[in-house]
Amino acid sequence: MSDDSPIVMGIWGPPHPHPLLAPEKNEGWGKLRAAYDQLRERIEESDADVIIVYSTTWPSVIGHQVQCRENPEWTHVDDDFHALGSMPYSFKVDVDLANGIVEAGEKRGLHMRGVDYHGFPIDTGSIVALSLLNPDNKLPMTILSSNMYANRAETIVLGKATTDVLKAQGKKAVAVVVASLSNRMFTKHIEPEDDRIHSQKDDEWNRKILEFFAKGRLEDISQLSRDIHSQIRVQKVVAFKPAWWLASAMGQHNRYDGDVLAYEALHGSGGAVISLTPTKGSVGDKEFDEDDVEYYRGDRNVIDSDSTLEVSETASANSEVSDSSHTVPEGGIIETSAAPKAVGAYPHARRVGELLYLSGVGPRQAGTDEIPGGAIRTPDGIPQEYDIKAQTEACIANVKAILEASGASLSDVIDITSFLVDMERDFAGYNEVYAKHFTSVQATRTTLAITALPTPIAVEMKVIAKIG
Amino acid sequence: MEGEIVLGALAPHPPHLVYAENPPENEPNAECGWEGLRWGYHRLAKKLSTIDYDAIVIFSPHWQTYIGTHFLGLPHFESLSVDPVFPNLFRYSYSIDVDVDLAEAMATEASDAGMVTRMMQNPDFRIDYGTIVSCHMVNPNWSKPIVTISSQRSTHYYSAEVMGEQMHELGQACKRAIKASGKKVVLLSSNSLSHRHFVTESDVPEDMSKEHIYNHSQYLWDMRMIELMREGRTREMVQLMPEFTEQSIAETDAGGLSWLMSALDYPDYGADVHAYGTVIGTGNAIVEWDPRERATLQVSP
Ligand SMILES: [Fe+2]
Repeated sequence: MSDDSPIVMGIWGPPHPHPLLAPEKNEGWGKLRAAYDQLRERIEESDADVIIVYSTTWPSVIGHQVQCRENPEWTHVDDDFHALGSMPYSFKVDVDLANGIVEAGEKRGLHMRGVDYHGFPIDTGSIVALSLLNPDNKLPMTILSSNMYANRAETIVLGKATTDVLKAQGKKAVAVVVASLSNRMFTKHIEPEDDRIHSQKDDEWNRKILEFFAKGRLEDISQLSRDIHSQIRVQKVVAFKPAWWLASAMGQHNRYDGDVLAYEALHGSGGAVISLTPTKGSVGDKEFDEDDVEYYRGDRNVIDSDSTLEVSETASANSEVSDSSHTVPEGGIIETSAAPKAVGAYPHARRVGELLYLSGVGPRQAGTDEIPGGAIRTPDGIPQEYDIKAQTEACIANVKAILEASGASLSDVIDITSFLVDMERDFAGYNEVYAKHFTSVQATRTTLAITALPTPIAVEMKVIAKIG
Repeated sequence: MEGEIVLGALAPHPPHLVYAENPPENEPNAECGWEGLRWGYHRLAKKLSTIDYDAIVIFSPHWQTYIGTHFLGLPHFESLSVDPVFPNLFRYSYSIDVDVDLAEAMATEASDAGMVTRMMQNPDFRIDYGTIVSCHMVNPNWSKPIVTISSQRSTHYYSAEVMGEQMHELGQACKRAIKASGKKVVLLSSNSLSHRHFVTESDVPEDMSKEHIYNHSQYLWDMRMIELMREGRTREMVQLMPEFTEQSIAETDAGGLSWLMSALDYPDYGADVHAYGTVIGTGNAIVEWDPRERATLQVSP
């Protein structure tokens, strides 16, 4: 959560071509146009050097794409709204910045592709936003695609890659998200004067989101992204992921001046023009629920993002309380200084009746937090070599310490769930060490691959034992 | 004279196929690749060249419309098509004639049947790459006019079942319009079958050592659907379509195959499978239905 974001203004604007091509046909479309015009002036007054667009109407499936062509030119026509007219464009791209984002994304573990082709189809949303916000190419720009399968981790990392480059190149930017709020459109033709938000529920949700925007609570919107998507988005169209990108690029906090300049219907969808500028005041930081991600290492779980095991909620165990009482009261909470400190509000173990449930335990050393076998990445996200066998040994030693503090031992274990961040690389080593300790125990076991753990470790175990 | 559908085909559109063919219209050059599928297409193209027909009607998943079904509505389009996902493989200069009368007839018939339709009459409109790839592969010299029908997004907005019902109606409407037109028409459904795919691309796109099905279960699904086509059990196949679409993330979500089956009145004769192969992990079949087979079937005991 950094304060020194090189992004001087964030903008959220709708992708539909109506404000560009037919602002006079409907009062609301005209208001959205006026709002876009107002932001054009603000951009001109700002000290921004470049514009970066993240567009939901540019879906990609092979990684994220970045517009790298110096002067893309074409006359575009929308697939649906072709009767509204054509959209000729001639843009100026900051090629250094664009190539830099490709490289920075790759360094952070993303699959990236620069696009430098005559006639490459720039999407409707990008064309609308850029034509209105930057009509004379006063600022150079680039455009980022929205990967269809990218989940939160990947999108957050893309936002960070964006800022990496701005900082390295000493540039200040306006970050533009092109996306609807509610995105359900009417599926029949309507007359311009009949346009309205598709449903009352969509309208109410849109207004709630706009309250957050008006208070500058961008990180809160980012953290609510999945809820917003499930409530007011056509599920299989485009996830509400640009909030992740914008919040990540702008520094992951809530300290902005938010300005909702317009909110109107666009063929039923919710279109809003919003600006966010960093400020000292506003709601400020609260405790955020979701983990921060620096480096993308997991595979995209294609299509069904809902079922992705994105982040393990369990974490390595805890405590300050010194305890070696071997008699645990029933339902009692067990904490021990013999195991590493928790990274959240949970005990090392808890007894219910005859069963002892342990929180997820990793290899960190009690007291020092040192990771035997080495951390899997540096604090700024650079992957490191590590020894999975040493980590697994340490992990099992921590399990043992907690069991013993509870009056049980490894031989009482009945069920284990193990989490590995890299199944392919680590399974064999982990399995070998595991066998050494557990062959005679014959506990049931499940091993899962997940994309990340809260600390830079490669293995974690969740254990249930019998006691008493 | 009454018009008729002289041939129907499942004609998938991975741009890789045109790329590997190295036609003069396409800018990038390939060394080789996806021969099984391309040779299958050559067989279908050869068959087509022996048939007398007036136009090709193609249903494309890459013209995606949310507000009803759209039809190409101007006589000629000429431009450069650059694939938004594989611009490295597909930058194709096209010059396409459209059978506007046929397009209007189908649109009118469909809207009379209660569907939302629209004619696309903006001369700057770019033809989607799905249309271009499938049409190039079946008729590389573009000797016949075409009509593209857009894929309205009912699967995504509602469900695969709703899409199926609408495609049944659209297929029937197109069939009626073709009959009334007096023309001989070829129908193409431009789509892959199973559509889970790899999300990275190898350095040499045509490196065939990297090409295989994404997973076994989608292969099993493809084979099940293809077997039903081969056995002439297309009603069963269409009934399975929502489940197939869901479970193998199939490109049948676009509705094209359901539309084709309806327009062909759900063939009970066996289809000819010219090829099956994978492209970045997706399952693709080139399948032909020749309605004359039905006549043969009816005279045999
Ligand atoms: Fe496709």
